[in-house]
Amino acid sequence: MSQLHPVALEVNGVSYTREVQSRLLLSDFLRHELGLTGTHVGCEHGVCGACTILFDGQSMRSCLIFAVQANGHSIMTVEGLASSHAGRPEEGLHPLQQAFWEAHGLQCGYCTPGILMTMIPFLEQNPDPTEDEIRHALSGNLCRCTGYQHIVDAVKLAAEKMR
Amino acid sequence: MKPAPFEYKAPDSIEETLTLLREYGSEAKLLAGGQSLVPAMNFRVVQPGALIDLNRVGELVYIREEESVLRIGAMTRERQLEFDPLIPKWSPLLEEAMPHVAHPQIRNRGTLGGSLANADPAAELPVIMLALEARLKVCSTSGERWVDAHNFFSGMFTTDLAPDEMLVEILLPAMQPYTGWAFMEVAPRAGDYALMGVAALVTLDENGVCRQARLVYLNGGDGPVDAKDAAAILKGQIPGDDVMESAADSGSQKEINPFGNVHASPDFQRHLARVLTRKALQEAVTRASKDHL
Repeated sequence: MSQLHPVALEVNGVSYTREVQSRLLLSDFLRHELGLTGTHVGCEHGVCGACTILFDGQSMRSCLIFAVQANGHSIMTVEGLASSHAGRPEEGLHPLQQAFWEAHGLQCGYCTPGILMTMIPFLEQNPDPTEDEIRHALSGNLCRCTGYQHIVDAVKLAAEKMR
Repeated sequence: MKPAPFEYKAPDSIEETLTLLREYGSEAKLLAGGQSLVPAMNFRVVQPGALIDLNRVGELVYIREEESVLRIGAMTRERQLEFDPLIPKWSPLLEEAMPHVAHPQIRNRGTLGGSLANADPAAELPVIMLALEARLKVCSTSGERWVDAHNFFSGMFTTDLAPDEMLVEILLPAMQPYTGWAFMEVAPRAGDYALMGVAALVTLDENGVCRQARLVYLNGGDGPVDAKDAAAILKGQIPGDDVMESAADSGSQKEINPFGNVHASPDFQRHLARVLTRKALQEAVTRASKDHL
């Protein structure tokens, strides 16, 4: 039962090989095996969105995927966001992160990594979203501080910066 | 760790999957997108002895049109259904429902076959498949069979699938000409489970008389609820306000049996069903009429 399965995957451009139990969630794998604690876990049943990562470029809940299923796939977590933005790595922040800083888009920050990883593909697909579209796109991410207004402002600002 | 231990198998063909299913039987669960199964495993409500992961079975992923049908592989992601140009062409009702199926993060992973096999009474896709009279291809090592959507869903999270069978393909027939459609639901927030929802299809003849109608509800019972009496009220009539009101009355007051939940009492769900039915029928009739212009 506790048989180990080999997993070879890429996270933020770095290749990793590990052996995991089948029941290890991808969220726990990222945090405990790789030490990438930027991916947060909230509800661990797919409701809160805190653990959202990019799985082959698409936003997904890492608490609803087993680590063993990531074998051969490419993951991006919030730690990879700044360096994924070519051209200005010296500034240290992706324009989306910068916008959250400037517009006070976080209070406690617990939900922020999940929101950032949800907004990356959203803004790629929709570079000039309306406020309604932004709120709709945020509906799968819960902010326990309920600071939604500033989050919406931050996403608007990010869209401007990224256009 | 959240889930209980399980044996993990990741076959890469249908044949291999079916052999594993025969071997493990009811001890195993098939893992499609995992957007309902994994939460249940994280709560340890479900503790399968083995998981057979379908995510490497590439031959289950396709959307193909043929002369008179659209074929969809069971492991086709919901997000792909949302954006594939064949869906609006073949099934605008499905296109209309897709954005209501949970959140984009869930649709990126969740699959059509997974949602149907899970048979959640609150889910949109079983309702749409019933409304469209989809046919489902089911396979085991002993062969294949086709099941009509209305025979597939047999109760709360229960389907016609035997422990050694898997859902392989979903076949959608072409929509009849002069058919209008609508899907509407009410949810506390976009992407949340809906409190109530309805799919409507109305086919008119050249005089504007309803030749055929279908109303299917989510969260109206222990599976998708096909309101046959409401459809019979519409058939043979010019669907004006009075007729639509009677159909809405039948569907919402007599044919559904909502259980209520923390967000809505059964009475409120019936109220929503009545209002949604009226609106959905109006929209469907308007769209059906446009075909005549």
